[in-house]
Amino acid sequence: MADGVTARVRAPREASAGEVVSVRCLINHTMESGQRRDDDGNVIPRSIINRFTCDFNGQNVIDVALEPAISTNPYFQFDALVNESGTFNFTWYDDDGDVYEEASEITVS
Amino acid sequence: MSMTRRTFTAASVAAAAAFFALPKTATAQEVQAAMDAFTGGAELGSDGITLIAPEIAENGNTVPIEVDAPGAEAIMVFAAGNPLPEVVTFNFGPAAGSQHATTRVRLAGEQEVIAIARKADGTFVSARQNVRVTIGGCGG
Repeated sequence: MADGVTARVRAPREASAGEVVSVRCLINHTMESGQRRDDDGNVIPRSIINRFTCDFNGQNVIDVALEPAISTNPYFQFDALVNESGTFNFTWYDDDGDVYEEASEITVS
Repeated sequence: MSMTRRTFTAASVAAAAAFFALPKTATAQEVQAAMDAFTGGAELGSDGITLIAPEIAENGNTVPIEVDAPGAEAIMVFAAGNPLPEVVTFNFGPAAGSQHATTRVRLAGEQEVIAIARKADGTFVSARQNVRVTIGGCGG
């Protein structure tokens, strides 16, 4: 599933200290549930992203455990508290061992 | 082999059976077991948690859901009518701005969506919402 996986993140570039900012992220992934069958009746094996984390300057914002019931192209929206300038690090963990990473900078005034 | 009326009927029935052989849904015991695995069998309160899901979802493949539980450490979402009841677990870290999250889930058919939050003091609260689904999001 490593091919064609693109992560997209939308987080503000600027904020004031102590502000709660909204973060949205989306990643391309089929999220094959392991429940479907192909035309011959064979079960299509499960292949999903099973974990997603967001850290801000090394501090955890959210750590999500995903199950097969999450839709294709998993989307999350959540809030982060920013007290200082820094970097959001986003990480997605695939069933097949692949790890996808994305980062977003924010300047706090 | 020529297609007689009998073989045609048998083939149609087989095709229909294959089409409708959707994955079985979780039993009430399985749903309860999944919830107990998260709560440890604790009593569930109902204050301080909000679950927002549509009453009618046109497409079960992407149903937007939103959970909000101020002061929660973690929120887990269950779908009582899916083959696997677990849906997602949100664990909030120290840099979280609120205990609020939005995502999109698959629902196999009309069913109850349940959100359970674990509060910082170790108590559990839950919210439920019935969702009607026009096109199921599993199998098919």
